[in-house]
Amino acid sequence: MTVFQAIFLVVAVVTLGGAVMVVTVRNLIHAALWLILSLFGVAVMYGLLSAPFFTVIQVVIYIGAIAILMIFAIMLTRRVAQEPGSSVNKGWWMAGLMSLVLFTALVWMFSTWSGFQTTLPQLPEGIDTIKVLGTALVSPDGYVIPFEIASVLLLAALIGAVVVAWERKT
Amino acid sequence: MSDPVNSISEWLRTILSGWGLSEGLITVILAVLGVVILATIVLVVDIMLVWIERKMVARFQDRLGPNRVGPFGIIQPIADVIKLLIKEDILPDGADRFIFNIAPIFALATVLLLWAVVPFAPTIIGADINVAVLYIVAIGSIGTLAIIMAGWASNNKYALLGAFRTVALLIAYEVPMVIALLVPVLLARSMGMQTIVAAQSPWYIFVVPLAALILFVSSIAELGRTPFDISEAESEIVAGFHIEYTGMKFGLFYAGELLHALTVSALIATLFLGGWRGPFVDQVPILGPVYLFIKAFLVYYLIMWVRYSFPRIRIDQMLGFNWKFLTPLALFLLVVVAILDKAMVGVSQVQYVLVMLGANLLIVWGTVIILRTYARVERKRVGEERAVAIAPESDLADLVGQE
Repeated sequence: MTVFQAIFLVVAVVTLGGAVMVVTVRNLIHAALWLILSLFGVAVMYGLLSAPFFTVIQVVIYIGAIAILMIFAIMLTRRVAQEPGSSVNKGWWMAGLMSLVLFTALVWMFSTWSGFQTTLPQLPEGIDTIKVLGTALVSPDGYVIPFEIASVLLLAALIGAVVVAWERKT
Repeated sequence: MSDPVNSISEWLRTILSGWGLSEGLITVILAVLGVVILATIVLVVDIMLVWIERKMVARFQDRLGPNRVGPFGIIQPIADVIKLLIKEDILPDGADRFIFNIAPIFALATVLLLWAVVPFAPTIIGADINVAVLYIVAIGSIGTLAIIMAGWASNNKYALLGAFRTVALLIAYEVPMVIALLVPVLLARSMGMQTIVAAQSPWYIFVVPLAALILFVSSIAELGRTPFDISEAESEIVAGFHIEYTGMKFGLFYAGELLHALTVSALIATLFLGGWRGPFVDQVPILGPVYLFIKAFLVYYLIMWVRYSFPRIRIDQMLGFNWKFLTPLALFLLVVVAILDKAMVGVSQVQYVLVMLGANLLIVWGTVIILRTYARVERKRVGEERAVAIAPESDLADLVGQE
């Protein structure tokens, strides 16, 4: 086992353990903090796959924006932070069944995928991955249409948020 | 001999490989050693910052400052540290023990992590990653988390209020900060710190001074220093998020805050003041850190100057200033810089710099005119006669009619 694999195993255990703690822990703030640990584990995974851009973006967006907004919302509703009673409801077996089916389907799909057998391709010397990514996002024969659609969608969400929050003067 | 850090690391590498260690292990050992040394140097500077800050605020307020312990009171911070260490460590009732204890460590660690991407010399940098500027933003968001954790875990209303205010402040001022950070990235065509420093001829403060100013203002807000210190606001919410912390736990917040100011100064110096660039630095790389720290302390002095000269602003003024003024200005500047940069392909460097500088000054001039008009309107509005102390639901016309 190489150092690389050891790091991968530790990070994988931390990520999955954090994810399990998110749904089992009683205190909502603790759940949010466990979620942050789990998301950070995913960021480290990106780092291990030599994708520094995604590592940093994962931290900026998921920890810096989404998780902090979640904690903010939980703190504003302080009474629900420690809800008594069970954290599972009557329909737990349906959710469990669905998760099992989904998991089996994913495992079956991935077991037939050829991507696992390919080795990491060597990048040419002196290539700036971010420049390549940036060019690919805006070049017509790259991903310009998905990129623009995502931009329009985000803009629409932004305007929608403003409209929802707008206080009309009666 | 001119590059001691790298020659020492090479020397250690030969010794360690002489002991029969594997190549990977040696790299790990040297990296750990580098981290420990860098963190130690930065923290020792941090202890001295306490003295510098106290001495400087004394000058601004026409006092003497610490002057009893050692010459010019220079040993005062050591005495402070001893005092903090022997204080009683109090865990408030109902506090969340683990989060309460880990929050101050987070607060200081996030600041230390920023030093990983600060280039000290052409050959000395923690990690020359190609996403360094984004990394700074990412680490900043983890710093926000530390303050939320501290405020929540303290089980104290004032601490929670302070945490709320801090989050509002940090999330808001992150927007103009990121946009201002984009400007040097745009000019240097890279997010790597070394590339940005190498591209600065002349320094970016002479090319895009407005971006430097926006970054400076939003950085002060991110630091939570006066005039943006509503997250602590001693007169309103006692001390904000760190109200319940005692002893060295408070010390970590305090050290983190001071070091954050120096770190931000070093980053501004790197991005806009040419970082390690200076005379003879190509022949003698060890001069790089000297230049960097001179520039960083210059910016640090400016931050202190602002801190001790301005009163605290209200939270609505603070958010209004960010969303209605700083963010649109930064966005406008970014668009102008991007268009000008594309339009001036192939012109000589002198022309390029002059046009960029002219455009910046033009934007500043326009902004000042708009601000003057706004101030005039606002003064008129404030000066108007208006009814005071009337319940919002009662109709003003009715009340006037009754009289």
